[in-house]
Amino acid sequence: MKDKEKWDILIKPNSNLFEFRLNEVWKYKYLIAMFVKRDFISVYKQTILGPLWFLLQPVFTTLTYLLIFKNIAHLSTDNIPPVLFYMSGILFWNYFSTSFLKTADTFTTNAGVFGKVYFPRLTVPIATIISTFISFGIQLFFFLIIYVYYVTIGEVHFTLGYSSIIIIPFLIVLMAILSMGMGTIISAMTTKYRDLRFLITFGIQLLMYATPVVYPMSIVTDSKIKLLLYLNPMTSIIETFRYIVLGAGTYSLPALLYSFVATCIIAVLGIAIFNKVEKNFMDTI
Amino acid sequence: MSRVAIQVENISKMYRLGSIGSKTISEDLNRTFARILGKKDPYAQIGQLNDRLSAAHSDFVWSLKDINFEVNQGDALGIIGKNGAGKSTLLKILSRVTGPTTGSIKIKGRVASLLEVGTGFHPDLSGRDNIFMNGAILGMNRAEIRARFDEIVEFSGVGNYIDTPVKRYSSGMYVRLAFAVAAHLEPDILIVDEVLAVGDAEFQKKCLGKMQDVNKKDGRTILFVSHNMAAINNFCRTSILMEKGAIVGSGLTRDVVNTYFSSVKTNGGEALEKDILVSSQNDSLKFKRVALVGNAGVSNTFGLDEDIVCEIEYEVIKSNTKVVPSIQLLDKYGECILATFNAPSSTIGIDRYFGEIQPQGVYKTQCVLPKHLLNDTQYFISAYLSSDINFSDMTAAPEVLSFQMIDTGEMKQEYTGNWNGQIRPKIKWSTIQLS
Repeated sequence: MKDKEKWDILIKPNSNLFEFRLNEVWKYKYLIAMFVKRDFISVYKQTILGPLWFLLQPVFTTLTYLLIFKNIAHLSTDNIPPVLFYMSGILFWNYFSTSFLKTADTFTTNAGVFGKVYFPRLTVPIATIISTFISFGIQLFFFLIIYVYYVTIGEVHFTLGYSSIIIIPFLIVLMAILSMGMGTIISAMTTKYRDLRFLITFGIQLLMYATPVVYPMSIVTDSKIKLLLYLNPMTSIIETFRYIVLGAGTYSLPALLYSFVATCIIAVLGIAIFNKVEKNFMDTI
Repeated sequence: MSRVAIQVENISKMYRLGSIGSKTISEDLNRTFARILGKKDPYAQIGQLNDRLSAAHSDFVWSLKDINFEVNQGDALGIIGKNGAGKSTLLKILSRVTGPTTGSIKIKGRVASLLEVGTGFHPDLSGRDNIFMNGAILGMNRAEIRARFDEIVEFSGVGNYIDTPVKRYSSGMYVRLAFAVAAHLEPDILIVDEVLAVGDAEFQKKCLGKMQDVNKKDGRTILFVSHNMAAINNFCRTSILMEKGAIVGSGLTRDVVNTYFSSVKTNGGEALEKDILVSSQNDSLKFKRVALVGNAGVSNTFGLDEDIVCEIEYEVIKSNTKVVPSIQLLDKYGECILATFNAPSSTIGIDRYFGEIQPQGVYKTQCVLPKHLLNDTQYFISAYLSSDINFSDMTAAPEVLSFQMIDTGEMKQEYTGNWNGQIRPKIKWSTIQLS
């Protein structure tokens, strides 16, 4: 008799690894919205410049890169105005590394809340990639203003077509999911092996050099190195963005397809590990 | 027929002592292989029951072992037990903060757990934002929170500061706001852990009242862990008693609470000659034993409605000595609350040895601290032996015993909060109409 009754919650020691309970996450969508709001308010509260920091950061980084990689190292920028070249790379890379690092810290920074109340833990990384997107959006808007300026003075050809309206958001979403997938994998592992936290903070800095942020893929001639760089899913995301918006650089469909598949695999894996760890991480952290 | 809201079956939880997580990756791999092959955890078999009194022999400990119980819809179930009995672990599993090692729990309806008040409060957000934030964490959506917003603000009493960041709140305001959100959640099942230990007496009363409403009026199920026996007694019809990770008693709260009291009374409450540190020594008198005896024998824990007999055994070393034994009752800060000795004018009944010259030998003098005198707090006893009524040359054993008074709930039928003061005697009250 009793077994036929309908139970709303079933607590068991181990659940299926690939049971994502995404419908449950959807029920908590309002919580995600509140997390985003909290992140946004708490970061810029009591700062004088407020959200202006979103802009200062890429501007200064661009200027620095301009000085070092263009004027000192004389790296090619594929005949794109260097400001646009660097800024486009920085924009994407900043988003990726910020949301990756934040997601990777999910369990450690939220241990207090996680230890006291249940909600689908996946809401936190999702909120992270959304709140990081706010700053990315502002920076992207700023980038477009500069882009329009370069178009009007004739240094860049306007190449945006209808297809780019689809492809650019696709690239951004791909990048967001990739950063979350990688972040969740690391976050799940750091609950047990704390060493990883040290590894990723400098690992992500090194990874930037394996991504065409400060150089174009066109100057990479060695085919082995090229393959190695394309193994990084971020590579084709940034290259494709530059190709579409700035009309220079390389574009390869197989590479983009690879990024897509790799992102999907990493995301599924990440969420699975994340869900597995969320149940018992309070005992280990 | 009432329906089952929570069904707990064979829940066990194993913790690893000492190091955090697995010691080595190879151990991790061993476990993983065993799991893949469908075998038991190779390191779990050496586990033992949770017993904090004796050192663990292995690295693994069962914090909970084979817990089974059911809660019907609309019931309020109390969970009591000593610190470390596994109560909080059980609540954590029930509220899905951590998973069980074995067993399963089936729950009907939405669960909200209050393992702490103010979970997820962010200091930079205003009170208003935090209400929404906290509500969302506890599983409400925007419409539900909005519908109860005014009620929450009113209950918390922080109305004027609702748009101020909560980091500017006093701790009292903070707690009030946090509880207000939780209390207005209206989940089907509310899990409460000791949160009432916060706030002032008035607010505690409000909290208990609100919980009572949620339970009685709205017919919602409540699980309540507390050390406040009075609250449990008032509030929960049935209770379970936990000890060392297992359920050792269940049934009507009154019976379970009594079982609890008799289980708390273990050793302690007795000091023998070798353990008594004397600060001064009368050459002709020495202590043999000081003990406190209640309904269940020697103890250091007593109910408020229990007579406590203080027994002083002493030896008269030199013959023909007068003996005036006395005790002082001290509060937990060492302030003297009362002093008493066996002179006829200050006792009920007459001690026939008072003022008499006693020959060599061992004697026992006892006095009774009456029930309904003390409050539910901690006290010390200092014992003295003097050979004259001016207490000039004493053998003194200051703070020789300590004991804890426990509220049985008898005096808390109406008022349920904390009781101020070092003593709590029953006092005669009456009112007459004057005009």
